[in-house]
Amino acid sequence: MLGRSLREPDFETKSWLRRRMSCPPPVLKLISASPFIHYTKCRGQSLGDLDGIPIAVKDNFSTSGIETTCASNMLKGYIPPYNATVVQKLLDQGALLMGKTNLDEFAMGSGSTDGVFGPVKNPWSYSKQYREKRKQNPHSENEDSDWLITGGSSGGSAAAVSAFTCYAALGSDTGGSTRNPAAHCGLVGFKPSYGLVSRHGLIPLVNSMDVPGILTRCVDDAAIVLGALAGPDPRDSTTVHEPINKPFMLPSLADVSKLCIGIPKEYLVPELSSEVQSLWSKAADLFESEGAKVIEVSLPHTSYSIVCYHVLCTSEVASNMARFDGLQYGHRCDIDVSTEAMYAATRREGFNDVVRGRILSGNFFLLKENYENYFVKAQKVRRLIANDFVNAFNSGVDVLLTPTTLSEAVPYLEFIKEDNRTRSAQDDIFTQAVNMAGLPAVSIPVALSNQGLPIGLQFIGRAFCDQQLLTVAKWFEKQVQFPVIQLQELMDDCSAVLENEKLASVSLKQ
Amino acid sequence: MAAPMLRWGCRGRRWAFARVDGGSCHRRGAPTGSTSNQIRGESSVAQQPLHTAQKTRKGEHKWAAVVGLEIHAQISSNSKLFSGSQVRFSAPPNSLVSFFDASLPGTLPVLNRRCVEAAVMTGLALNCHINKKSLFDRKHYFYADLPAGYQITQQRLPIAVNGSLIYGVCAGKKQSQVIPKTVRIKQIQLEQDSGKSLHDNLRSQTLIDLNRAVGLLEVVLEPDMSCGEEAATAVRELQLILQALGTSQANMAEGQLRVDANISVHHPGEPLGVRTEVKNLNSIRFLAKAIDYEIQRQINELENGGEILNETRSFHHKLGCTMSMRDKEGKQDYRFMPEPNLPPLVLYDATSLPAGADPQQVINIDQIRETLPELPSVTREKLVQQYGMLLEHSFTLLNEVGLLEFFQNVIKETRAEPKKVTSWVLNTFLGYLKQQNLAVSESPVTPSALAELLDLLDSRTISSSAAKQVFEELWKREGKTPGQIVSEKQLELMQDQGALEQLCHSVMEAHPQVVMDVKNRNPRAINKLIGLVRKATQSRADPVMIKEILEKKLSL
Repeated sequence: MLGRSLREPDFETKSWLRRRMSCPPPVLKLISASPFIHYTKCRGQSLGDLDGIPIAVKDNFSTSGIETTCASNMLKGYIPPYNATVVQKLLDQGALLMGKTNLDEFAMGSGSTDGVFGPVKNPWSYSKQYREKRKQNPHSENEDSDWLITGGSSGGSAAAVSAFTCYAALGSDTGGSTRNPAAHCGLVGFKPSYGLVSRHGLIPLVNSMDVPGILTRCVDDAAIVLGALAGPDPRDSTTVHEPINKPFMLPSLADVSKLCIGIPKEYLVPELSSEVQSLWSKAADLFESEGAKVIEVSLPHTSYSIVCYHVLCTSEVASNMARFDGLQYGHRCDIDVSTEAMYAATRREGFNDVVRGRILSGNFFLLKENYENYFVKAQKVRRLIANDFVNAFNSGVDVLLTPTTLSEAVPYLEFIKEDNRTRSAQDDIFTQAVNMAGLPAVSIPVALSNQGLPIGLQFIGRAFCDQQLLTVAKWFEKQVQFPVIQLQELMDDCSAVLENEKLASVSLKQ
Repeated sequence: MAAPMLRWGCRGRRWAFARVDGGSCHRRGAPTGSTSNQIRGESSVAQQPLHTAQKTRKGEHKWAAVVGLEIHAQISSNSKLFSGSQVRFSAPPNSLVSFFDASLPGTLPVLNRRCVEAAVMTGLALNCHINKKSLFDRKHYFYADLPAGYQITQQRLPIAVNGSLIYGVCAGKKQSQVIPKTVRIKQIQLEQDSGKSLHDNLRSQTLIDLNRAVGLLEVVLEPDMSCGEEAATAVRELQLILQALGTSQANMAEGQLRVDANISVHHPGEPLGVRTEVKNLNSIRFLAKAIDYEIQRQINELENGGEILNETRSFHHKLGCTMSMRDKEGKQDYRFMPEPNLPPLVLYDATSLPAGADPQQVINIDQIRETLPELPSVTREKLVQQYGMLLEHSFTLLNEVGLLEFFQNVIKETRAEPKKVTSWVLNTFLGYLKQQNLAVSESPVTPSALAELLDLLDSRTISSSAAKQVFEELWKREGKTPGQIVSEKQLELMQDQGALEQLCHSVMEAHPQVVMDVKNRNPRAINKLIGLVRKATQSRADPVMIKEILEKKLSL
């Protein structure tokens, strides 16, 4: 199998440019996977909907026999003995695991810049669309230092799909970690309803909000992957038992006149870039002009969402990270004067500052004297936020339309001027309330910014109305005709490298 | 209250005394430690009145002790509480560990239905209110045998609350009167057991066995007890209930039942004192000892002007004292948090059961109530009613492992009166067992043999003193039936009326003075005559028969 771990430091960062393309030479068409169809034919019978389709998996999903690190020193060298349910389901359908993808350490971040393997570079940094705009810019700096972040924390998965190394990738989404990089990388980033897709094997960030996310280049692909993943799992008690309609095919919506689109007024924040704002209102206009009802709705508790998320997230993090003590798996320090000293040194060496900071705050919030004032209050606010959505949907809204991010992707050097916590608070602003409410949401690439970078908009649906949500998203995707990333120049360079080094996967070329 | 003895209906035969003090009946040099005793099923409750809390010296205030218990019972189930791995006592270390048990990242708990049913069943048996909705929480602490860094328990909303446990303590001069006592049950919660740490001090290493992460029922008893004996009796009663229900094997020696005791002393009428917690008491005898020691220690401490620290102590069974465990970190903050991976546990009853619910997915409280087996209190009541025995006898029958079954088997096979059977089983049979430190299952005398013996007695084939002799022979395990022993040793009663009359006649002739006494209406005189006749028959004649003959001859 091709499932060789591609998470060597330079995979999503530089590799897709230079080497280690385990994927065959550039495949620039969506879905029409000719080399893989060939592969399937060689093997005989088809395993399922994803037979021969290359996929990538974020490195916080357990993969049997393949190192799973969460981009942390703590789990370097940790090889799980089992597959996450979602990974197993993809493999059962015949998907080919191309590699594990980079992320922020333990998925804590919104830039994919804070992992032990280094930051993930956004393929759009090297796109024809972006480069041409840069050339027009008089003070264009050194290309190499001016690359863009992917967003995060599933940045590696987004880069992998965006750079055509695979057709679909698994991300995880706790506060926007799938939708945010999807928006920055011009992809469809789908967060299913909480409970629709199993979390078994997903190394948790916040159990009550984590959902496996799907990154693809089009909505139909996302639906196909969702069809393969959705359904109850006896190993995850939080999955719902309602049977799922399969196959998960999306109808083509001919007419949106029966739809009601809600525009949450609280999402119009001062920090929102004018470009995103204008695309947002254009999108609303588009729906209206096609006959949909577009109304303003209020989600009054939105502004409390970030701080509430901070308390709940760090508390669960403090708890979930307790198992990493160096005793059974992962990193262990050399200190052995006492078990306590070993714990302390192991955890200091194993976790980065972001993780340690969240563990500290979380433990503070969970202290007996603070529990009522922080954790319990945050839970109550969470309920209010969830109720905001319920009220909006009860008022007749079918889907909500919002921005996904404040702006397009920023250069790495710009991004790291603020710390992880500030960035996460800014970048999760439109996405993370959805996780509190467990709703399905999808980011759809809409258009390129003045700089030639993708901008995405988010649709939020009713709980477990994932199919309806994707149907609307599919209609919208068709209307906006988002341009394909143009990497031809790079791919040509790359092919030359590949021919020299014969690194390409032989099995696919035969 | 005087120190209650827990051994009902066996006056003057304080078995453990015999064992600990006597020495004369030590077979095979049984150690005075209780290892053998423990393994045998927790029947030996504290034997000596070591409790002195209520003792007062002149001019001193009276002290009262307050004891509450936290009891952890391992649920008997085939698989663990949150994973599908097997449960088996004494399996090789770490041979029954699933990915979840090892807390591999990404694994999730899945609740074991059997454990929930066991908790509901136990709750019902202990008169608890069963919460239709209960929640799971994480309790955090770092310890090597707790691989996840937290234990999943039910802190906020446990599965059962507000119950009661009725147990009986013995009172009265002869410890023969059973007084029912009630201890309130605060809650019963489901929780996951930790792994086991084995400390190898020699090589200064700790070995971890994760086999043990099975389901636990934590039963919290309110501080309604006042001494070691009460606590021990309450735990013994709970143990019997769990065993009757089959929800836990509750064998303390195997760690299936572990007790932590919270103890404080105060002057009646004043606020409660600072309490200490004595942890991990693993036999009922040590439980009583540890509590009584701790009560006395606290009294001494306070009377000498000291103060009691709120601390955790352990009981050192060889030294017979409690010692501070010296928690370095002081009071732990467990940072409780809801367990996000387990939805609320919802139970149903007949009225709330949703139509068309999958019976595999729901638990019906009413259905479980219908399957409740007979509880020890009912069994005892039945014994009293059916066989006319004293309540304290019924306690003894249940408290000794296997004794009730033995008794019932004898009853089934014998024609003898139940009262006779009770007396023989509780006095003679149990007496022999205790004297030789044997369990019922190790008895050399089978129920059938005892039944046959009692039949012989009942049919007046042998006298009761001969019966004792036969019993002693049976105990030697020579494989003979009572009938064989009787005929070999010629222990049958003289059935020949003529011969007996002849004997009576000669005795009367030989003792004219006694005959005179009888005629002079001295009531004791006839007994003397009976005795003389029996002696002449080598105790083989039935005294009743002798009396009849004598009375006829003396024309009384």
